[in-house]
Amino acid sequence: MELLLIKEGFPLLSFLIFLPLAGSIALLFFHGQTFARLWTLLITSLTAVCSLPLLFGFDPASSKYQFAEAYAWIPRLNINYIVGLDGISILLVLLTTLIMPFCVLASWKYIQQRVAPFMFCLLVMETSMVGVFVALDFVLFYIFWEFMLIPMYLLIAVWGGPRKAYASIKFFLYTLAGSVLLLVAIIALYLESGSFFIPEMMWQPYSLTFQVLVFLAFFLAFAIKVPMFPFHTWLPAAHVEAPTAGSVILASVLLKMGTYGMLRFCLPITPDATLLLAQPILWLSIAGIIYGGFTALAQQDMKKLIAYSSVGHMGFVTLGIFVLNGRGVEGAMLQMINHGVTTGALFLCVGMIYERTHSRELALSMGVGKYMPWFVTFLAFFSLSSFGFPGTNSFIGEFLVLAGTFEHSTSLALAAIPGAVLAAAYMLRMLQKVVWGGTANPDQSYLTDLGPREIAVLAPFLLFVFWIGLGPQPFINLMHTSVSALLNQLHHWQQHQQVAAVLWN
Amino acid sequence: MDIVASTTDIVENANLLLAVIIPLLGSLAVMTLKNHPNRREFVSFCAAMLLLGMVLSFIPALKAGKTLVYPIFQLLPGLSITLRADGFAMIFALVASSLWVIAVFYSMGYMRAHDEPCQTRFNACFALAIFGAIGVAFADNLLTLYLFYEIVSVCTYPLVAHHQDEESYEGARKYIVYLTATAKFFLLPALILIYVLTGTLDFPHNINTGIIPVSAPGWMVTMLYIFCIFGFAKNGVMPFHHWLPGAMVAPTPVSALLHAVAVVKVGVFCTTRTMLYVFGVDTMDRLFLGIPTAYFVGFTIIVASMIALSKDNLKARLAYSTVSQLSYIILGVALLTPHAIEGGLIHIVNHAFAKITLFFCAGAIYITAHKKYISEMSGLGRTMPFTFGAFAVASLSMIGAPPVAGFVSKWYLLVGSMEAHQVGILLILIASTVLNVGYFAPVTYKAFFGKRPTGQAETGIKEAPLSMLIPLLIAVTVSVIIGIYPNFMMQFVWMVTG
Repeated sequence: MELLLIKEGFPLLSFLIFLPLAGSIALLFFHGQTFARLWTLLITSLTAVCSLPLLFGFDPASSKYQFAEAYAWIPRLNINYIVGLDGISILLVLLTTLIMPFCVLASWKYIQQRVAPFMFCLLVMETSMVGVFVALDFVLFYIFWEFMLIPMYLLIAVWGGPRKAYASIKFFLYTLAGSVLLLVAIIALYLESGSFFIPEMMWQPYSLTFQVLVFLAFFLAFAIKVPMFPFHTWLPAAHVEAPTAGSVILASVLLKMGTYGMLRFCLPITPDATLLLAQPILWLSIAGIIYGGFTALAQQDMKKLIAYSSVGHMGFVTLGIFVLNGRGVEGAMLQMINHGVTTGALFLCVGMIYERTHSRELALSMGVGKYMPWFVTFLAFFSLSSFGFPGTNSFIGEFLVLAGTFEHSTSLALAAIPGAVLAAAYMLRMLQKVVWGGTANPDQSYLTDLGPREIAVLAPFLLFVFWIGLGPQPFINLMHTSVSALLNQLHHWQQHQQVAAVLWN
Repeated sequence: MDIVASTTDIVENANLLLAVIIPLLGSLAVMTLKNHPNRREFVSFCAAMLLLGMVLSFIPALKAGKTLVYPIFQLLPGLSITLRADGFAMIFALVASSLWVIAVFYSMGYMRAHDEPCQTRFNACFALAIFGAIGVAFADNLLTLYLFYEIVSVCTYPLVAHHQDEESYEGARKYIVYLTATAKFFLLPALILIYVLTGTLDFPHNINTGIIPVSAPGWMVTMLYIFCIFGFAKNGVMPFHHWLPGAMVAPTPVSALLHAVAVVKVGVFCTTRTMLYVFGVDTMDRLFLGIPTAYFVGFTIIVASMIALSKDNLKARLAYSTVSQLSYIILGVALLTPHAIEGGLIHIVNHAFAKITLFFCAGAIYITAHKKYISEMSGLGRTMPFTFGAFAVASLSMIGAPPVAGFVSKWYLLVGSMEAHQVGILLILIASTVLNVGYFAPVTYKAFFGKRPTGQAETGIKEAPLSMLIPLLIAVTVSVIIGIYPNFMMQFVWMVTG
């Protein structure tokens, strides 16, 4: 177990995983609305504060799994409780814990019915999301991965919009379909390697056929989650019907699990298959970028617009991952965080307008800018960030991804550029409509501008937009060692395999 | 020239940051003074004066052979947001800051005389546009240049859409689509590819070397070069020039700002900065990029002038005149001989002062006489002698007649084209001069010597209000002064060429 830096003393990661779960139990007994809100805010804030020591205790110079804890769980089946954190997962864990209090705040007035169960679902979600990012045992990972489906399903199906039944079932079926194959792959890997400990499954000399099959099973599960074109159709439906907090969690955290899975499992466990199949995945990413852009351009529903923009943005992430070089992967990871910040904030913005106009139709939100100057100021900055305005977070993420892509192939990178143009087009279109509208705007004079609670919700997102945009170095430093270790091993593996190929052929 | 470069002292100076931030702060202050129009305009004026003072304060250091820099943010290795004041930057910074002072006065007169709505938004965005322009002027690398270039695009949208009617929304839509699409489509990949090729986007301190390594494949450098020319679509080079006439729906002070300072000059400044400091004279010579560019923009010069001839709307005629004149600047730099580069760069200044005068005149005529079309302006010069007098002098500058500033640029450009042994370019310059006469002279002639349309003999039209007349007279005086004493501005141009 030299891969783990076992944390002595206080089990911080387990605490972060189970604190929300423990907090949720209280909500089973006390149903008061105000209590539920305040209690959940307290628990999520406490989790957020307690996750900050991760940042200070993390050693960015080491590629080992840190803060690790390992306990035997079901020894007969070789299943253990092992958790740990490395440069690939730390930012995602922090993103999750930090974004949750804002989801609670965003639901403060939005959710009026069944408040306690709603908050219960949020807390259970948090447990499973943190669990997914820190689990190092595959069974544990799978449990958290599946565990998440139920509260998310309920969030959409109970508190969702008019077509909630359709959207929630679609979400559930799509994700479940992917997960089943994931389970098969996990068992197959266990039979081959004899262990469920994820790092022990990596860099093993599996046969190419086995790798390709496992890779495809992984890939399908993760591609649905990302979602990659053409597995994306559940996303717009789920986003549109979900309540604001659900959309934010979905966009900011859940989608990242797909790309996290690709980095954590596809690359190191099935390196040969990754190298073999990278090219088609790259072009699939390009297709997603372009398709997402065009579809977003045609939307009249703001949530759908942002949902399709997510398809495009996540296309940039998978593009960055599968060019398999340092700039690309670091850009992709940065872009995962950026997308979480920016798109989460955009969904919050749409939620705020929905609370006022009770509609997400772009046509009904025309000309809001005149009556809600604070709102449109925030919206403008987040929209600019979303299409990669220089100086904002997405610019630096896209810049690195595209730089990595140019290193890989000029034509591939040039093919992705129209996606950036389209992003500017649909975001500016939305912004123009909301801020200015046209000559026949609906009467918006009854609207009230953002209150202090809403400004307090959006302001931290804006801080991160500019912090990452103007000083990305600390964020990149956190991930750098882990990413280079991963890529070094991959390229070493590649040479190794080439030598083997020469020797045996 | 290498000796000059190596003896250049690079000094860190935080005042650069202050200079860029002044218009931003000015804009924020304007926003808070919504209900106090007088104080609001006073704040704008103070910000403009402060900025001008700050820019002027850099001159002694530059004369002593120093280059001022100030790094703000380090994003990645070789990728930073950094400011720099050198001769090249000063050419544009001086123009932008001094014209802002004049424009604040003029737009106050215009907007109040016309009773325009949303004057606070107008003033705030005006200041933001200047913020972008000053940032462009002082950019030390391609990323900073791109950042401020995009800030200008976004912040001028509200100015173009100011009237909020169908026509202005349409013009503004065209404006933003052209500018952001070209920037994203051409500039972004160029930026990234250059970074991948060289590991940096920082400009060197001379115009010869550029940053592109000699080992880079020629086709790729050529592609990047073309991307950069088209990417900065604010330079008005055909075929991406349509946004400019479309943006004519804006109030006249905005047109003046767009055409003289903030937008088109940002475009040509970025283009020439990139040509000289990213690619460099050596690379452009080696890959034979200069002369084809000169002919390419020569096409724009001639065609835009011919379109201008056909326009009866004064502002539209001026717009096409701008399209044509901007290409002079690129043409001069593309010829790559020292005199031609000097002629091109000084034309940034000369065109700015003359064109802002012309637009100020157009606005004054519109406010006073409510006339937009040249055919309606016959005989108007007799009632508005100062306005049309200024118009006449500024047209002379456009045509390139002594002693007005335009003569200096045309002189250098002609000398440069002869040095480069390009008879074709010489012919283009001569033909365009004739065309300039063709579309400017009749305006003045008709105004002073044309017959008033029948039935409009005594309309009671008087001279424009003083708040508009004074700024435009100042602008035209400056045009004459820099025509007679060109050395004040030329010293910065000489710093560039060594």
